[in-house]
Amino acid sequence: MGKESFLNVNVKVWRQRGPKEKGEFKTYRVEHVSTEMSFFEMMDTLNEQLINKHEEPIVFDHDCREGICGTCSLYINGRPHGIDDAITTCQLHMRKFKNEETITVEPWRSAGFPVIRDLMVDRSAFDKIQQAGGYTSINCGAAQDANAILISKVDADEAMDSASCIGCGACVAACKNGSAMLFVSAKVSQFALLPQGKVEAARRAKAMVARMDELGFGNCTNTRACEMECPKSVKISNIARLNREFIKAKLAD
Amino acid sequence: MAIEHIMDPALSRIPEGKLADKWTNYKAHQKLVNPANKRKLDIIVVGSGLAGGAAAATLGEMGFKVKCFCIQDSPRRAHSIAAQGGINAAKNYQNDGDSVYRLFYDTIKGGDYRAREANVYRLAEVSNNIIDQCVAQGVPFAREYGGTLANRSFGGAQVSRTFYAKGQTGQQLLLGAYSSLNRQIEKGNVTMYARREMLDVVLIKDKEGVERARGIICRNLVTGQLERYSAHAVVVATGGYGNAYFLSTNAMSCNGGAAIQIYHKGAMFANPCYAQIHPTCIPVHGDIQSKLTLMSESLRNDGRIWVPKKLEDAKRLQRGEIRGHQIPEEDRDYYLERRYPAFGNLVPRDVASRAAKERCDKGFGVNSTGLAVFLDFSDAIKRLGKDVVADKYGNLFQMYQKITDDNPYETPMMIYPAIHYTMGGIWVDYELMTTVKGLFCAGEANFSDHGANRLGASALMQGLADGYFVLPYTLQNYLADQIQVPRFSTDLPEFKEAEDGVRAKIEKIMAVQGSRTVDSIHKELGHIMWEHVGMGRTKAGLEEGLKKLGELRKTFWKEVYVPGEANSLNTELDKAIRLLDFIEVGELMARDALHREESCGGHFREEHQTEEGEAKRDDKNFMYVGCWKYMGEGKEPELYKEMLDYQEIKVQTRNYKS
Ligand SMILES: Cc1cc2nc3c(=O)[nH]c(=O)nc-3n(C[C@H](O)[C@H](O)[C@H](O)COP(=O)(O)OP(=O)(O)OC[C@H]3O[C@@H](n4cnc5c(N)ncnc54)[C@H](O)[C@@H]3O)c2cc1C
Ligand code: SF4
Ligand code: FES
Repeated sequence: MGKESFLNVNVKVWRQRGPKEKGEFKTYRVEHVSTEMSFFEMMDTLNEQLINKHEEPIVFDHDCREGICGTCSLYINGRPHGIDDAITTCQLHMRKFKNEETITVEPWRSAGFPVIRDLMVDRSAFDKIQQAGGYTSINCGAAQDANAILISKVDADEAMDSASCIGCGACVAACKNGSAMLFVSAKVSQFALLPQGKVEAARRAKAMVARMDELGFGNCTNTRACEMECPKSVKISNIARLNREFIKAKLAD
Repeated sequence: MAIEHIMDPALSRIPEGKLADKWTNYKAHQKLVNPANKRKLDIIVVGSGLAGGAAAATLGEMGFKVKCFCIQDSPRRAHSIAAQGGINAAKNYQNDGDSVYRLFYDTIKGGDYRAREANVYRLAEVSNNIIDQCVAQGVPFAREYGGTLANRSFGGAQVSRTFYAKGQTGQQLLLGAYSSLNRQIEKGNVTMYARREMLDVVLIKDKEGVERARGIICRNLVTGQLERYSAHAVVVATGGYGNAYFLSTNAMSCNGGAAIQIYHKGAMFANPCYAQIHPTCIPVHGDIQSKLTLMSESLRNDGRIWVPKKLEDAKRLQRGEIRGHQIPEEDRDYYLERRYPAFGNLVPRDVASRAAKERCDKGFGVNSTGLAVFLDFSDAIKRLGKDVVADKYGNLFQMYQKITDDNPYETPMMIYPAIHYTMGGIWVDYELMTTVKGLFCAGEANFSDHGANRLGASALMQGLADGYFVLPYTLQNYLADQIQVPRFSTDLPEFKEAEDGVRAKIEKIMAVQGSRTVDSIHKELGHIMWEHVGMGRTKAGLEEGLKKLGELRKTFWKEVYVPGEANSLNTELDKAIRLLDFIEVGELMARDALHREESCGGHFREEHQTEEGEAKRDDKNFMYVGCWKYMGEGKEPELYKEMLDYQEIKVQTRNYKS
């Protein structure tokens, strides 16, 4: 393990009671923070302090705390999921910060994700996009033997890379247009790369993009901010594949 | 000592016939519901993990009207998402001698002969359908260059039957179930209720006076309001209760609440003491630690576990004077390979965990706390090359490095056992129905298939088996008798009464206004559990643990402080409600562990071991499922024994040595 040392930090946090209420930054001091702690363990410490003073704790989304469930969010010092690459906020550790540093913590800020309280936002729009077509239309029980269709390792691996999206929403939060294209394209690509999903690929692309537009997400103008901030390194080439499927669907109309 | 009863064997509802024919016979003779009637029948599924998500999707596909609930903001985030290593199936694609029978046999043996034969056989039987179903959904399992599916090995098996998707198998399987669920939501067959927590089940008497599960009371975690939902049947698929220990590999919201609520309403709680301690987790670093991270069992395919042979080397490691890779080969003790030559590093989890504890207790631990052993990849890297190792385990290595700031390609990983999974859970019959009519339980929340110890990659298999391939048949069989029953209004007095009960409990918690945070009490619970109901249990320790748990409950009611309001978003209240149920889970675990005077699987009683320190079962007195029946607040629960009758398998001492 790395060498443990201790920090004092000032945490400047966005506090907002509800979706319609006005929010503001508040700064709290946390002392004697071990560099071995995760960022959330520092937040837990801060919340314990607040509760002990009979103040309400800071609300933030988290669950697995190991980078896979996609529940955690947060803009930390101006970057989604904080100041380390290819990780989620829950994987961020305090050794990445300096003693006496002021750490700014904000919720995802995007029209698609309204704030519920403090740092917690509503990402149900992502579920609605998936409902529009993020599946293969087969019923349980009717499947043939799993090895009946061979799939090249290259395609399977690429599909896996696309499928590794955790639905966190960092791509939307990072995008100046608030576009959900990286998220949508990850799912469309995964299926388009596999024979089981190919059949409906074009229809799926069209349905999911239409739903995304309906829900008020912006357009993609290729700024690539999404790719840079995605904790799972989902590639922007997925968007190109999505566009191809989308054009196919339009031509078929 | 608790009052004991022998359970009527008929209660288990195991179909007649030869073991291999039971499930086929059941399906051939079960009752069906026609499509027009299905539309008139509502089913509540609590939980959207592999078990709940798969069940809700499939029941929706069949045409039932399903309401599905989860705590997270989206069903895609259920704790199943975190499973890393893989899922077992008896496909025998590797032609290494696997079969349905062998998977069945390995599961019974791995569970230390404490699971029900008929259920386990069915599990092995449907395992192959699961893989077919998932591939059809577009789950990107790992493949060979020839295009066929790849497999790896997991503990407790000598065949390679584990299917995987990088180190993210649970994620991919759950996203598969989620996609099927989404299709049904879009079609209007499933209504999804996210950020809801079930806080009680509602029972209503039918015309014959039989109580049946007809609804639930939920707390809306965003508004804090209590909500009522009704249905013709209720499925509880709410996962395991490992977080009773505070520190575990489970996600933060995993809980034992729903299980305790239905236990209070008459569902029996079976084998609560069987908890799995996983041998390969990242060691604890300090008091403020909030959870433990698993390093997948798949790592034991290529990683070798060792500690130094010499005590002085261990001391120098503990003081940080040297690092693992500096210790020469001849001074390393690969203790699993030494003690268990036949299975080596791939012994089952309970065996590997105890062996690590044994070495550390003797002073051979390798980190500053003395509570860690090495998991070393240097041989694998030499043999296969860094690229191959990275391809197989890259994301796990990255995860390890992010947490510990150590590079496992260069120096061995440090690991230690941690609470991971609970084999115990709500008792269910062959149809996965609890002792309450119309109340079903699936996935990790039930007790069914893993006996006293679960083999790696078998929980995903069981969750999906229950959800995709068992409940859709058995629920239909139950509902076939309910087609005349109209939909229920939530204005019925039974709903009001249940809601009032929940509200009273919440008000009581809010009213304490003590001086301790919920987490501080939960941590104390965790310490009690780990010390007294952990890896090595004794009569005296368990008795003391039970006493401490009783005191902790009093502490809760005197000293807990929950800020904010009940009728609003309140994350501290969410946790306080769960904590109260964890204390009760803890008591049940300790009570069960105390009564089970033997060692089996994940339950190790120090009084019952062989001279070599292996677990010593007592089949004569304990070959049963221990089911606890709630008798009312403050009263001792009573024990019902479901005797296990092995017809197919010869019961033996587990042997992983030769
Ligand atoms: C880190 C880790 C790795 C693992 N790796 C593997 C592996 O490689 N292979 C394997 O076979 N197994 C593995 N397991 C075990 C396996 O993941 C779980 O046993 C399994 O996924 C449980 O599935 P489930 O559907 O029963 O429950 P969960 O996935 O836990 O789902 C529970 C659901 O119930 C909901 N819920 C809970 N309580 C309530 C309530 N009161 N009201 C409303 N909703 C509620 C939750 O929101 C969630 O949707 C692993 C476990 C862990 C912790
Ligand atoms: S594409 Fe990346 S950033 Fe966007 S939701 Fe998926 S994982 Fe998060
Ligand atoms: S809490 Fe699960 S990804 Fe961060």
